[in-house]
Amino acid sequence: MPCETLAKRIIACLDVHGGRVVKGIQFEQIRDAGNPAELAVAHSVAGADEIVLLDITATAESRNTLLDTVRRTARQLFIPFTAGGGIRSLYDAAAVLDCGADKVAMNSAAVADPTLITQVAERYGSQAVVVAIDARQRTPTAWEVNVGGGRKPTGRDAREWAIQAERRGAGEILLTSMDRDGTKAGFDCGLTRAIATSVRIPVIASGGAGEPHHFVEVFHYGAADAALAASVFHFGLKSVKAIKQELRAAGIPVRL
Amino acid sequence: MIAIVDYGAGNLASVAKAIQHLGAECVVSNDPDVVGHAEKWVIPGVGNFKATAPLGKGKLGTALRDGVSSGQTPLLGICLGLQWMFEGSSEAPELSGLSVFRGRCTGFSDAVKSPHVGWDSVAMIGESRLLTGIPSGAYVYFTHSYRAPLCIDTVATCTYEEPFTAVVERGNLFGVQFHPEKSGDLGMHILENFCAL
Repeated sequence: MPCETLAKRIIACLDVHGGRVVKGIQFEQIRDAGNPAELAVAHSVAGADEIVLLDITATAESRNTLLDTVRRTARQLFIPFTAGGGIRSLYDAAAVLDCGADKVAMNSAAVADPTLITQVAERYGSQAVVVAIDARQRTPTAWEVNVGGGRKPTGRDAREWAIQAERRGAGEILLTSMDRDGTKAGFDCGLTRAIATSVRIPVIASGGAGEPHHFVEVFHYGAADAALAASVFHFGLKSVKAIKQELRAAGIPVRL
Repeated sequence: MIAIVDYGAGNLASVAKAIQHLGAECVVSNDPDVVGHAEKWVIPGVGNFKATAPLGKGKLGTALRDGVSSGQTPLLGICLGLQWMFEGSSEAPELSGLSVFRGRCTGFSDAVKSPHVGWDSVAMIGESRLLTGIPSGAYVYFTHSYRAPLCIDTVATCTYEEPFTAVVERGNLFGVQFHPEKSGDLGMHILENFCAL
């Protein structure tokens, strides 16, 4: 095992709307989950390896609110920090990075114009470019890329898109299973494995986290490099530490 | 005053933010006069080794070389900054580094995922002022595709594919391959050690 000490990352995702963190829509009662900057620091203290902040409004009007949120969050955070949601241009990406995010997540706009990946990578380095892919299963071994918040099918194969994104200069893939998102039934290990074994860049699995053993599964069977979850971390449902302890017990390297 | 040397390689704001958070004064600059008059230097940077070219040229290059040969100005290279302190890199073979540490940087092979991204543990193998109070085995955040070989001044190693230099130190010259400004409390402790020199 040449890379046994590289920790598998647990990433806390904050979905923001109007400058506030909101609880995932799959929950029964929609609740305001708090201030993004405060929650990001709280997750960092609790042991999260990284923070991802996604603007779920993703409209032109929400842009300034997002930038302000990114700025406030970055100011107090000393672990890697990714921001995204509605990034449409090099200008948008640059604004997020200039506000203190270490990485920018791009989704629909990168599909529409893959040269956007290259433009951002050339200016800020590939390590700053996360391509987010929302994938829906079509056959037992094929997944389709969706855009527009997962609502619009594109007819593109997720694996081919991931390979192209890497070639264009992406530094990481944030891979969300639309089928599992919000179900708390566990990550889609088949999807994750298909992508993670097709590219050389790290793949972050997302969608479906509900229990600590789901994280063990996505690292063991999904070959993920990192796993992201939003709702499981809010309101102290499952502490990051508890998840990491279970991972360590299963022989998976983590930063504890 | 600490000068964070801006040579156009990536976002330096996070390093400045971390140093300011520790209560130290710093300025991000590429002005040879400003850099030349600073008490300490931080050379961060991400991206291609080609980007280090301005560090070896003109008045900025002279100011840096003079300070290094005097031994009076503590210098901390971060990531690409560390690689620049070695003799060169296969990423841009036509360029020379500062050459204060022996060896050339090389890329990871196809046998492992590259870049090496994430939290990895570092093993202490030598005395270090920079790492005072940091336990061996500590996890810090890396993101890089090239790495420096082990050399006589390596004080901490990380193993990914094979051991490489995670921290190098001789006198007032320090280099870290990882990002202390992104490595949580331990990273801040390392920056604090540098600020306190």
